[in-house]
Amino acid sequence: MKSLAELAAIREKMQNKVVLREGGSDIRVVVGMATCGIAAGARPVLNTFVEEVAKAGLSDKITVTQTGCIGICQFEPVVEIYESGKDKVTYVKMTPEKAKEVVEKHLKGGQVIEDYVIKNI
Amino acid sequence: MKELSLNILDISMNSVKARAGTVSVTLTETDETLEIKIADDGCGMKKELLESVTDPFTTTRTTRKVGLGIPFFKMEAEQTGGFLTVTSKHESEFPESHGTVTTALFYKNHLDFTPLGDIVSTVVTLIQGSPDIRWIFVHKTPRGEISLDTDELKAVLGDVPLSAPDVLVWIGENLKEQYETVGYN
Repeated sequence: MKSLAELAAIREKMQNKVVLREGGSDIRVVVGMATCGIAAGARPVLNTFVEEVAKAGLSDKITVTQTGCIGICQFEPVVEIYESGKDKVTYVKMTPEKAKEVVEKHLKGGQVIEDYVIKNI
Repeated sequence: MKELSLNILDISMNSVKARAGTVSVTLTETDETLEIKIADDGCGMKKELLESVTDPFTTTRTTRKVGLGIPFFKMEAEQTGGFLTVTSKHESEFPESHGTVTTALFYKNHLDFTPLGDIVSTVVTLIQGSPDIRWIFVHKTPRGEISLDTDELKAVLGDVPLSAPDVLVWIGENLKEQYETVGYN
């Protein structure tokens, strides 16, 4: 059973990390989680981002957050990537598979996947 | 929605938006029925909004003129022979005890019953999105009870946020193990 003792061990491990961290995150991944996003499959997309970012050990640099309706319901699930000093990138019609690809190529490799991007928003 | 767990995620977002401090998601299941209750201590709704809350053309969103969260949930309950009720107390009238309670009853054996689906994902997603809210999740099944209270986790975690990836993984696995222990599928 996942015991509270295990949770306490996570705390010990995390507290050391918190001390090392300085300033805010460099990159923010924002997933639209209004009715339109949820109905279109945003939950597994969000969870894939959370898992993949953690797996890549990038949780200090990248935060994954949720937002309401972005206004382009027909293109949900919508994911916005904010990075300081760069233009916002809006990925549309996302899937868990595409999310993995975005983590790999964009978040880790710095290369925007143009095929999944919607322009002029 | 493909799963009722997605409706639960969606309706709970209303509680988040209402600036709730505590949100209780309670599922009570018998062999025939499933009752889903989402109760919060948020700002609540005034009478006018409450009266029109199941109308698809009522919404608080600013990007569109339709709001389908509650209408969807209501339709899914009614298509099994069940119902949906929303009660609310607005903070202006009830400064001490405001909030909203949404209750939906489903008949599980009805052909049009939407399966509950991945409820563990929904709980993890809610905590990930709003780690400062106290989430109380209880699922009473005929075989036993599954429960989680984020205040109990916070007592152990101290300064470490509930939204830390390792913590979220722990929460997901803890819930899955509880479901396995009671033999719920």
